[in-house]
Amino acid sequence: MSTTFEAFETRAAAVSAEVHRFASRHEALAFIEGFLREVGVSETPGSGAVWVEGSFLEGIGSAHVASQVPGVSFEVTREAAAVAKVGISQLDWAIAGTGTLVQDATAVEKRLVSTLPPIHLAVIGTERILADFNSVLQRLQPEQINYIAFITGPSRTADIERVLTIGVHGPERLIVVVVDDFEKVTA
Amino acid sequence: MTTEFKDSIETALHNPNLTGALGRFSEAYRISRAKAYEGIDFEAVRDRIAEVKGNASSRFEELAEQFKANAERRGAKVFRTSDPAEVKRYILDLAKAQNVQAVVKSKSMASEEIHLNKAFEQAGIQVDETDLGEWIIQLAHQTPSHMVMPAIHMTKEEVAEVFSQEVEAGQAPDIPKLVKFARGKLRPKFLAADMGITGANIAVAETGSLVIITNEGNARLVTTLPRIHVAIVGIEKLVAQVADIDPILTALPRSATGQLLTSYVSMLSGQVPNTDGSPKDLHIILMDNHRSDMVKDPKFKEALQCIRCATCLNVCPVFRLVGGHVFGKTYTGGIGTILTAWFDELKKSEDIQGLCIQCGSCVPVCPGKIDIPGLILELRRRLVVEQGQSLAMKAIFGVVNNRRLFHSMLRMASVTQKPFKQGRFIRHLPLFLSDMTDFRSLPAIAPEPFRDKIKAIAQPKQAEKVVFYAGCLIDFAYPETGTALVKILNKAGIEVVFPEDQTCCGAPARYSGAYEVAAQNARDNIKALLETDATYVVSACPTCTVALKHDFLDTFKTLGITDALGEAQRLSDRTIDFSSLVKKLVDEGRLTFKEGQHLGKITYHDSCHLKRTLKATDEPRELLQKAGHEIAEMYECDTCCGMAGSYSLKLPEISAPILERKLKNIKDTGADKVVMDCPGCVMQIRGGLDKDGSPIQVEHTAERLEDRFE
Ligand code: SF4
Ligand code: SF4
Repeated sequence: MSTTFEAFETRAAAVSAEVHRFASRHEALAFIEGFLREVGVSETPGSGAVWVEGSFLEGIGSAHVASQVPGVSFEVTREAAAVAKVGISQLDWAIAGTGTLVQDATAVEKRLVSTLPPIHLAVIGTERILADFNSVLQRLQPEQINYIAFITGPSRTADIERVLTIGVHGPERLIVVVVDDFEKVTA
Repeated sequence: MTTEFKDSIETALHNPNLTGALGRFSEAYRISRAKAYEGIDFEAVRDRIAEVKGNASSRFEELAEQFKANAERRGAKVFRTSDPAEVKRYILDLAKAQNVQAVVKSKSMASEEIHLNKAFEQAGIQVDETDLGEWIIQLAHQTPSHMVMPAIHMTKEEVAEVFSQEVEAGQAPDIPKLVKFARGKLRPKFLAADMGITGANIAVAETGSLVIITNEGNARLVTTLPRIHVAIVGIEKLVAQVADIDPILTALPRSATGQLLTSYVSMLSGQVPNTDGSPKDLHIILMDNHRSDMVKDPKFKEALQCIRCATCLNVCPVFRLVGGHVFGKTYTGGIGTILTAWFDELKKSEDIQGLCIQCGSCVPVCPGKIDIPGLILELRRRLVVEQGQSLAMKAIFGVVNNRRLFHSMLRMASVTQKPFKQGRFIRHLPLFLSDMTDFRSLPAIAPEPFRDKIKAIAQPKQAEKVVFYAGCLIDFAYPETGTALVKILNKAGIEVVFPEDQTCCGAPARYSGAYEVAAQNARDNIKALLETDATYVVSACPTCTVALKHDFLDTFKTLGITDALGEAQRLSDRTIDFSSLVKKLVDEGRLTFKEGQHLGKITYHDSCHLKRTLKATDEPRELLQKAGHEIAEMYECDTCCGMAGSYSLKLPEISAPILERKLKNIKDTGADKVVMDCPGCVMQIRGGLDKDGSPIQVEHTAERLEDRFE
């Protein structure tokens, strides 16, 4: 398991994703809250964060988070996402071989938070890291899912003089929070 | 060639930004591609791609219907058409019916192919490209010069100027700032658009899925924010099943940009919710536009295996000099030449097919396993069939097909060249011919051709005989190469036979598309060369070797000539190139190198045909090393020298800079000798070094090895 994580981390870091690993959801949450404060998430217009709820918040509750970091909203709309500083969502699978995150992104909210804000923070369980593309396609099947999104690092372009520039139409930062134990809630 | 076309080449060659940017990119590309493929079996991946896409193209009709049924079951509307005009009409009708005011597009070559933007503009609908490169091109009122990097021909200064003029004054040529500027200006357009247009890299029939691959994230916005999504998909994007995605997705990012995977891959299968919760209005247009005609053509069917990675542009010595725009408005480079001939019309490829120098550099790296130079040659042949040879060409080939006349003219030339000849070179030719000697000297026709010389060589009679095919250059310009070969084979106890009736190998005719002429050359040579019972037919010219070994057969097959195939195969089986034969003789212990020789540093140039068709790269190196040389490898040792037969006569303006680069790489090694296996390369490189006044010696491997054996 941990070698898969390390492979994932190496690949993801190579494409400028920022990977952080935590033992529990509790620790991960503390990091996320700290991160949001650090990048200046607040209730000031244009400084909000939009969060698509997932199992990560089960037993913790979105209200708790909102009380800790004002400016975090769980009501994800096109308008809110368009002005948010950070978008947060839970990803379904990851691919170690390429440092990729994968998601059933049929729900439009999931696409909004990972496309519009300049920072995308992705939460995922360590056991969700698989070896390769085919292992993921066995679990997320295009037969059944209408929008499968693969994300490998932040948005990039090299269209001017072949100079790599991070952050064109999508997020310029991709923060990946990997959690070992998704079961226990200590908070 | 039209003057307009020649002018566009001139303009490209005199654009230092273009040639500088492309040159640097092609160097960096080789490295990043190699790195991206570490640990991947490229041959296995491209075998899979060729199989998957080859099978799909045989079943286009069935797969298109299957795709349509599956996508429609999942809420898409699928429109199939073979006519680009109908694609435009469908989209404009939809836009009008849905009251569309603004359209955003992510990159789609299919939409470029049908000039969709123009149709929108004429209908008064605002359309914005969102891929950065495409947006720059749109603002600059240009067309893409490269399939993957549409604006690779522009500098940051030019981009800043376009932004300042077309969008907002005062933009500085600072790349991160320009990118931010684009993000800021395009974001409101994404949010305001009613319709999003995309292409697709793959379309999966069994699920009705589209796979869209991008780095910028614009396709995700285009498929998410506007209420209508239209995907324009060429039917060559179809594959049968989900499992077929894997090899394409393995190769495309690695080959296109040296990435393991692009930032974003989206698999869309049917309708998804809009941001207001309503289901997306999804339209998929499966466009044929002559693709199924290609399927019916046994030669060109394989071109549908292309995954549009642009590797064949990136590694092409011609593309890196002239860029994309000389090729036309949509698809550029080697594969672009082929696609233009089909999607547009054969005549449109008349000029651009001549750009391919037939070096074969693109062949081993094409993920679709497409024989790009082979198909371009086929275009050339069909153009000649359709339009006939020019009168001048006809006159030349008339002579080539008459060996006696041809050879007596060459002999005569050795006399008439006198006024231009200095020593062993012709340095200047008068008038329009001066282009030929502008950038290199030409070899003087030898006073005594090899066919006369060999009569004076006293060979010991031997039981084992090898037939020597000299080819025109060795016979008439470099007979000393032939003499060296005879001497070496004699040492191995072999008697060399030179059949007098051998004539031109037909390569000049074939590479000009004159297959009938090449076929006659083939017949004459087969007869001459099979007359003697010999172990091998050896040639010291790789182009001739390829002709004897492969091209005769192919020329006959292409022309439907069957009566000569058996003999051609016999000749093919017997044919071998000089270095491979000598290596064999050394391995068999029949030739022994002189011991303890320290002959110093040389560098070796790989000739295109020897390396990529005959696949002999180690043989000459091993021989030269065993002889006592140390090889200082030059940069891009296997890049074409720009000779390529008559290419350097037809397009000297391209041949010259290719040669210049080669000469620089040779000089940079510090070696005082450069060795190669091809008399054509000897002619080009020796001529170039002579023009430069360089003391570096150019030798054929045979000459270098002449005195090295016991
Ligand atoms: S022809 Fe081959 S190398 Fe060229 S774009 Fe197509 S797949 Fe790539
Ligand atoms: S064969 Fe050489 S010149 Fe022709 S397209 Fe390929 S790389 Fe370019």
